[in-house]
Amino acid sequence: MAAATAPAALAGCGWDGGRLIQPKLLAISRLNDWVGEHVLFDRDRLAPTYDPAERSGRMPSYFISRGENPPAWTEQNEWALNVSGLVRKPVRLTRAMLERMPRLTYTVKHHCVEGWTSVATWTGVPVAAVAALAEPTADARYLRFDSFDSGYFNGWDLVSAMHPQTLLAYAFNDRPLGPDHGAPLRLYSPVKLGYKLTKYLTAMTFTRERPGGYWEDQGYPWFGGI
Amino acid sequence: MPQDTPVRRHHWLVRATHWLNAGLLVLMVGSGLQIYAAFPHIGRKGELLPVPNPFDSDRFGTMPEWARLGGWLAGGLNWHFALAWPFIVTGLVYLGYLGLSGEWRSLLFRARDLPNAWAMQLYYLRLRKDHPPQGKHNALQKAAYTLIVLLGALAVLTGFAIYKPVQLAWLTALFGGFELARYWHFVAVWVFVGFTLLHVALVFLVDPASLRAMLTGWYRGRFPSHD
Repeated sequence: MAAATAPAALAGCGWDGGRLIQPKLLAISRLNDWVGEHVLFDRDRLAPTYDPAERSGRMPSYFISRGENPPAWTEQNEWALNVSGLVRKPVRLTRAMLERMPRLTYTVKHHCVEGWTSVATWTGVPVAAVAALAEPTADARYLRFDSFDSGYFNGWDLVSAMHPQTLLAYAFNDRPLGPDHGAPLRLYSPVKLGYKLTKYLTAMTFTRERPGGYWEDQGYPWFGGI
Repeated sequence: MPQDTPVRRHHWLVRATHWLNAGLLVLMVGSGLQIYAAFPHIGRKGELLPVPNPFDSDRFGTMPEWARLGGWLAGGLNWHFALAWPFIVTGLVYLGYLGLSGEWRSLLFRARDLPNAWAMQLYYLRLRKDHPPQGKHNALQKAAYTLIVLLGALAVLTGFAIYKPVQLAWLTALFGGFELARYWHFVAVWVFVGFTLLHVALVFLVDPASLRAMLTGWYRGRFPSHD
């Protein structure tokens, strides 16, 4: 039925809109970002939490680097998270320093944009605690997260980044974060879709302009909030 | 008794929303199938929900490309979330017209319509020779057109439940959680597609004059209105 009507008439059903329509679709996507950020998002609303006994058997994970093995930190210097940009006190945080900071653990449901879910336990430092160290200036409106997974990156609105459940996570299901899930540090939050939760972090940068993202620049929704 | 003189049947708002909705529905289903293809199962990876899913890719294979709109997941999402706006607005305009004009009275299925529904069913099963008298719509039509509005509402509500499962967690919980809400969203689509096929078939088999009526607004056919 579907083939006989509109999609076929639109010259090719695998169509992402082409030169004429795709810009309009992306414009509406930005409108939906605005609605998601300013209408449908409550900064005080916490995602439901679960008992650790409810953890899923599988927590699938993806990376963009080539090859079968997940990215690993192979530099000579010790890994550290660089916090900079529009801040009064840029700081370099090693794994040991992060683990001495306030920590938060929760068991929440992960939502992948593909449509699957997984319940797991995450432990880490709230992004808000790291932000407090660095003291972002008043004109900082976004956070950009960079990684060593072939330059995978994305940008967040500050309000979601400061959400009480947004963490820089270093433990998964009560064990140190492994290579599959973004070791040594990944962004985690139950209020955004999985592709917004950058793994293999190297830097956290406060910006005035809205950063794009690896997937977002290819057409995925930028806000990605759930 | 066939009607010789044309009778005014469908207001232009009914006709406009009908055809708009038909087109939008095709695109919503097409883009929805593209989204579904990213994870063509119900439940979680390794822990599928024990619900019937004839379109699980392990059994059905991948949804054919001609039925999918968007090219890939991002494309499907963008079509789906863009067209959701006119889809919902069209539905609300239709419902608003039904309410304000009083037209809802000839469409809403109520308990008093059960005897006529039974009589119509006997007629269609050829267990009764004469066509029961009817107004603009018989009881089975009322059942169908009431159901389709409820189905539309279900599709939209389950859609929001899986679009914002944290911000609208109360809504997602109403449907049994994210995984089940996603399932009900697909079930609504299956019923929609089945309804559309049946609807089109019955228009041509029972009363082709109703197609012209839905285009021009004037009806000249087998079933004169008693309303």
